[in-house]
Amino acid sequence: METPKTAEFAHIGKSVIIKGELSGSEDLYVDGQVEGSIELAGNRLIIGPHGQVRANVNAKGVIVQGKLDGNIRASERAELTKSAIAVGDIITQRVAIEEGAYFKGKVDIQKDMAKTDVAKTAPAASSSAAASSASAAGGSTVAAKTNPTDGK
Amino acid sequence: MKFFGSTNSTAQDSAAAQGAKLTRRSSSLAQLINTLESEETLCILDLGSTSPANIRYCTERGHKIYSDDLLISSTDPSLVIKDEAGKPALDSKRFLDENLVYPGAQFDIVLCWNLADYLDESLVKPVIGRLWSLLKPGGMLLAFFHTQEAGPDAPCYRYHIVGGDTLEMQHIARGDGKKGGPAGKFRLQRVFNNRNIENLFRDFASIKFFLARDNVREVLVVR
Repeated sequence: METPKTAEFAHIGKSVIIKGELSGSEDLYVDGQVEGSIELAGNRLIIGPHGQVRANVNAKGVIVQGKLDGNIRASERAELTKSAIAVGDIITQRVAIEEGAYFKGKVDIQKDMAKTDVAKTAPAASSSAAASSASAAGGSTVAAKTNPTDGK
Repeated sequence: MKFFGSTNSTAQDSAAAQGAKLTRRSSSLAQLINTLESEETLCILDLGSTSPANIRYCTERGHKIYSDDLLISSTDPSLVIKDEAGKPALDSKRFLDENLVYPGAQFDIVLCWNLADYLDESLVKPVIGRLWSLLKPGGMLLAFFHTQEAGPDAPCYRYHIVGGDTLEMQHIARGDGKKGGPAGKFRLQRVFNNRNIENLFRDFASIKFFLARDNVREVLVVR
């Protein structure tokens, strides 16, 4: 798969550490540390080569280049690149694992997942305070119910 | 079972050192393939190094596959304890507490590959015991065992299912799995003869041997 242009993604840089729930309605690139959960239904998540994520992840597409300790639920596609170290289960429609990736867990392909997820996420998204306030402002957002800390 | 004390190199070893990928025919895989090609959704456990080819092969057929590189997990330095005589030993209880734990899952097929030949002695029987309990009744386990002729430096491979009766073999070493532990070669720990293998799988319902040309015995075991 062609790597998406990450300039269009919201960024969590190398020195940032986040503990808690991370949710949003735009694509997200994580090159720092996240511990908790990441909810990006309808959007994409990239865990960069320096990224260290200990969280269950729910997104439309997930690309892991760094470390992930947690389950992936990707309504369209999950990809582990050659530098990936992923421990956890993957539930998705399509999966791509590059030669050299380390993976420990289950791969469960669910063909009609997108339809199921739309049905499941529609009410949840409308009730999310962070998402709805951002939508009302006419923008998209990535919200963290947490205390971001500078890792330096 | 026999333990090795000396070293000698083989043609396979040099091929492995050059990073060459080898293919081999597998009679046991040919038998297993009928099951793998079934339309029923199967639950498969692959205990070799992460193999994109195996994951692709299984998921394309609608099966669920679990990947767990048990050999790399067994090299975790924190597993080393001292036994009653003060010698270093692996903590097999902790190893089993942390590995091969799949709540609610039972498997139709376990791909064990050459794990038993390279796994620490203390882990072999407990691991096979755990695999017995993880398999469904009638479930199948595929394992490879070197013969004495293979020599102690027989390279450790990971196996990729190409299809039909063909496997692709790729040399692996410690540290390849990125999970830490000392770097270096995996050494063949012992050679199981037929009786050793039968004893190892004595709780299983049946066992079938296939002798291959490359000093490997393939075994297909049914729970």
